[in-house]
Amino acid sequence: MKISKKINKSEWDIIVSPQSSIFHLNLKEVWAYRDLIILLVKRDLTTLYKQTILGPLWMFIQPIFTTLIYTFTFGQAKLSTDGIPPILFYLIGQTFWGYFSECLTKTSTTFISNASVFGKVYFPRLVVPVSIVISNLIKLGIQLSLLLIIYLYYSTTAHALSPQWKLFILLPLFIAMIGVFSLSLGILFSSVTTKYRDFNFLITFAIQLVMFISCVVLPASMFNGKTQFLMLCNPVAGCMEAIKHILTGSGVFSSTFILINTIVTLFLLAVSVILFNRTEKSFMDTV
Amino acid sequence: MSKMVIEINNLGKQYRLGQVGTTTISDDLKRWWHKVRGKEDPFLKIGEENDRSVKGNSDYVWALKDINFSVKQGEVLGIVGNNGAGKSTLLKILSRTTSPTLGEYKIKGRVASLLEVGTGFHPDLTGRENVFLNGAILGMTKLEIQKSFDEIVAFSGVERYIDTPVKRYSSGMYVRLAFAVAAHLNPEILIVDEVLAVGDLDFQKKCLGKMKDVSTQGRTVLFVSHNLSAVKSLCTQVALIEKGKLFEIGNTGKVINTYLSRNLSESALSRNFLNVDLYTNDEFKLIEYNVELNNGSNIIYISTGLTLHFKFQLKKSMPSFFVGVHVNNIYDECAFITSSNPHPADEGIYNYSFSIPPHFLNDKTYILHVYFVKNSNDVVCLAENLIKFEVNDLPRKEGQYMGEYIGLLRPELNWEVKKLSNS
Repeated sequence: MKISKKINKSEWDIIVSPQSSIFHLNLKEVWAYRDLIILLVKRDLTTLYKQTILGPLWMFIQPIFTTLIYTFTFGQAKLSTDGIPPILFYLIGQTFWGYFSECLTKTSTTFISNASVFGKVYFPRLVVPVSIVISNLIKLGIQLSLLLIIYLYYSTTAHALSPQWKLFILLPLFIAMIGVFSLSLGILFSSVTTKYRDFNFLITFAIQLVMFISCVVLPASMFNGKTQFLMLCNPVAGCMEAIKHILTGSGVFSSTFILINTIVTLFLLAVSVILFNRTEKSFMDTV
Repeated sequence: MSKMVIEINNLGKQYRLGQVGTTTISDDLKRWWHKVRGKEDPFLKIGEENDRSVKGNSDYVWALKDINFSVKQGEVLGIVGNNGAGKSTLLKILSRTTSPTLGEYKIKGRVASLLEVGTGFHPDLTGRENVFLNGAILGMTKLEIQKSFDEIVAFSGVERYIDTPVKRYSSGMYVRLAFAVAAHLNPEILIVDEVLAVGDLDFQKKCLGKMKDVSTQGRTVLFVSHNLSAVKSLCTQVALIEKGKLFEIGNTGKVINTYLSRNLSESALSRNFLNVDLYTNDEFKLIEYNVELNNGSNIIYISTGLTLHFKFQLKKSMPSFFVGVHVNNIYDECAFITSSNPHPADEGIYNYSFSIPPHFLNDKTYILHVYFVKNSNDVVCLAENLIKFEVNDLPRKEGQYMGEYIGLLRPELNWEVKKLSNS
């Protein structure tokens, strides 16, 4: 026992060589740097609205105006809102889509925008995208208060909503899934953009286009059969419909899609973390 | 014997020149094809040594190759070498910001690298917030930072501004605060790159002192610097890297001397440039220099008087012209400066000379930079490291001081001795 302990003691803490197993993930190290994650979240939140007059009010102004514009334009086009009051319908979509798109765009530039720091100090790079997702989660939490006010207003007035109270406990699960999915996509993109910047251009317009097939402005009920099935395999669309169902009673909610969405998210997470991990080792040479 | 904390085996780093990154798509494919067939990576066989001044044939260069050494606990290892020799690449690999192409290294203990001060400082955050953020980036936990927070602030000397956003700081204050955080890291291994070149003199001294403290606490330091005095006073061991290879590692004084002697012009008391296009431009050509000794031999003692001659051609007439000479020691610290009186000068060939009296220089090696200047501050030609010579001590008589004469000069001055009374 003593000897093995001694041998263990004299062993090296870090051995670095060019080849390492793709499954050698340093998630333990990410945990060791949890203080850094917290401080980065704090930094993001405190510096976000520095030198603005309206400050954190911007968190509300964005979804309010988008919702009003959507209500007006799509209302003129007489697009279905699944029987939900249009303002509530678009606000739900906008709030959660805002979370997804912000996480995605910000995490997708992890390597490029942090190159100066990454080039000087080593810490597990995963710390940065994780902190982005968390700080946006806090922002989402604040925005949810607006949604709550509008929601309470509509549930007390004549419009009959049928909230699925029993399912409310699942809400955090869907929010977390959106977060994890955006994180996975984001770090996947950040890994491939270090070398080929083309993906940077792709992501900015793709995110606008994908919104239209993610049940943000067009409910799944507008599509039929196969199209709807394919559409709901996308975790954002699936979660969006599920959240709407929980809050209002309409929208698609089925265990099949929850299962598919979970599998897709976890698979993508695994792939992207492995790729990210490979990229972080020598991205300084390619960025 | 203390234990090894860093061990480096056959470390190599290859870069591809000219383009982004270390490779291209077509080379990636070739590499992949070799891998599929179970062959060795073809690009590792090619690649040239890293000499930045020579045009090469291969797109691939080895920024580092075949680096082998180990560092014991508590050692302060200085890393010296010319620009582009691979020092910073080595530090980058050791601090894990990039990975090696070949070889491996092992490290025992927590590493903190200081390749830059103030990494991750956010201009909008206050000094206090930045201390925590920067500390966490450098690998400290919140608790550790809290514990040494007061010390950090005291060390930095910016207490009054600690709750002001750092974008309002002067650059000196910024650097002081940043270095203060770094100085209070508690890693087993500290990697430092040239960060001492910041701050005012007073602060630099403070930093050097702090680094000495670190090493006396049994922690290991790797230190890259061009400041040889700092290396000499801090380091117990020095590694000399040249063109990506480890040229020598060992005792500080010995390696520094190797480094200097490989870099400076060979000590030669006279040299003719008639057929060489060194120190030549369209206004000026240095023809030769000559150090004349008054003792008839070619060994300089402290008792030797020297006369230095510079023969050169002025290709244009100048309204005012003079020659200035910087006499430095090998650490580039100036012993003294001397210059001729400015005169109007026509085209033609000139000889300028000046004498250094006997018993003036110390028993050291001196390096001379010679400036040829027109119009009071316009340098026509700068001959850096033009002359190098060593001055030897004389055998000392019984009863004389036997120790080392410190100081850049050792002038023999007149002392008057008077006995004033008997009791």
